[in-house]
Amino acid sequence: MPNTLNVQGDFPILKRKIHNENKLVYLDSAATSQKPSSVIQAVDNYYSNTNANVHRGIHFLAEEATEKYENARKKIAKFVGVGDPNQIIFTRNTTESINLVARTWGSKFLNDDDVIISTEMEHHSNIVPWFSLVQEKNLSLKFVQITSEGKLDIDHFRALLKLNPKLVAFTHMSNVLGTINPVKEIIEMAHEAGAITVVDGAQSTPHFPVSIDELDADFYAFSAHKMCGPTGIGILFGKKALLENMPPFLGGGDMIKKVTFKGFSANSIPYKFEAGTPAIAQAIGFGAAVDYLSTIGMKNVCSYEKELTEYAMEILSGINGLHILGPSAVDRGGVISFTLDHIHPHDIAQILDQSGIAVRAGHHCAMPLHEKLGLPASTRASFYIYNTKNDIDDLKEGLFHVQKVFS
Amino acid sequence: MDDLYREIIIEHYKNPLHKGRIENSDYTFEDENPLCGDHLQIELRVNADQKVVDAKFDGQGCAISISAADLLLDSIIGKSIEDLKALSKKDILDLLGIELSPVRLKCALLSLKVLKAAVYELQEADDDLIQK
Repeated sequence: MPNTLNVQGDFPILKRKIHNENKLVYLDSAATSQKPSSVIQAVDNYYSNTNANVHRGIHFLAEEATEKYENARKKIAKFVGVGDPNQIIFTRNTTESINLVARTWGSKFLNDDDVIISTEMEHHSNIVPWFSLVQEKNLSLKFVQITSEGKLDIDHFRALLKLNPKLVAFTHMSNVLGTINPVKEIIEMAHEAGAITVVDGAQSTPHFPVSIDELDADFYAFSAHKMCGPTGIGILFGKKALLENMPPFLGGGDMIKKVTFKGFSANSIPYKFEAGTPAIAQAIGFGAAVDYLSTIGMKNVCSYEKELTEYAMEILSGINGLHILGPSAVDRGGVISFTLDHIHPHDIAQILDQSGIAVRAGHHCAMPLHEKLGLPASTRASFYIYNTKNDIDDLKEGLFHVQKVFS
Repeated sequence: MDDLYREIIIEHYKNPLHKGRIENSDYTFEDENPLCGDHLQIELRVNADQKVVDAKFDGQGCAISISAADLLLDSIIGKSIEDLKALSKKDILDLLGIELSPVRLKCALLSLKVLKAAVYELQEADDDLIQK
């Protein structure tokens, strides 16, 4: 197994010095990843050489822009194991993707007294869109409990399925606990109970190989910016049959087949869900990001991060008064949230920042989960391909310093 | 760097003078900083002249928010409710004696926000009242 993937040189921002002469130790990739030069150049090149609107013009640049934009869709489909790229809809981010399902499939197919299931480990983006529907439609929203180890309680899930839910929305990997859920098993169980599934893939697609067709997910949402791509672009995968029966999301240009003074008819998928000028540069940048990750190989990304996570778990659990949330290194991705006795996460993050170490402090957009854990907040270190064991050693030293300040 | 974590701040965080509750308080309010999960309640007791005779806070927070709350409450004993209405962001920063980034400013100002809501007897905290 490699000691490092040797990709640090691909990320210009890693040369940045923080608070005078500290090197940047970026341990906040679960919030957003850094971007390699190839992605930055793809965006730059689009604006410098290709810029034109897509799907409209019949001039040279418009055609080139359209081709690049659609090519990105194909690359992304292939990257996440989707056979038909028309099932890949460009959105702004994971949050918008999930809201799209709630606002279209949800408003058409969910009715009074229907049950939907989410889980206690969800990010707000996989809870709040459902709560909004619950209020409008008098639905019932149930949460699958987590075990003391921070895994989904499958027995509780099985019990909830007896309520005949219409929809099951859950995360592939927890952004707080790092837990990787048995997605295939959960989808199978949901399908047997007659429910459709919405998977939040924001933390999975950046870190390990995902084949959406193989998982048999009905909807699968993820964002570019957590996987080396630009901000402002995300994906909603939906099964063709579902997408075709859903009403459009936003109305406007590009999403129509025909508009008259009497009304409109919607375009075919995926355009039905892409109203207005899309984030063209960002989509092309996303294409470059999956090219970049494919060159490294997602299996290599996964095994490297596993090694890094195991090392970090070992080092961090050796610190007095430090408590790691979530399961053991075997069943988790490169996210480690922890608490440090008597020191507030905000203070930890602030003091670490002074040495150039970037971590996240707070509830990480998972307030219900923190409530369940009985914590107001936690500190989170998350890893990606450019991190090394040195970064984790720096984190350890940083935490010792934090403890010293408060001793 | 450790300016931000000056001794006075660590000291008030570890051994706050005004942490606790007041039974039958005259003014009270509680609020949260959703960004970091901080929760703060402030209770005041005043005498017949509407001057503060006791002030206590309760809740959870980082060193900046807890020490700011403690320093603030320590500074208002003997002051009138009208004096409290005139307190501003600058007063808090003077008490702490440090400069803060916009995010940490929210931590430092949580206690002032809660205090203002208490003395104005508001239903909901009002950010405008602390920016004076």
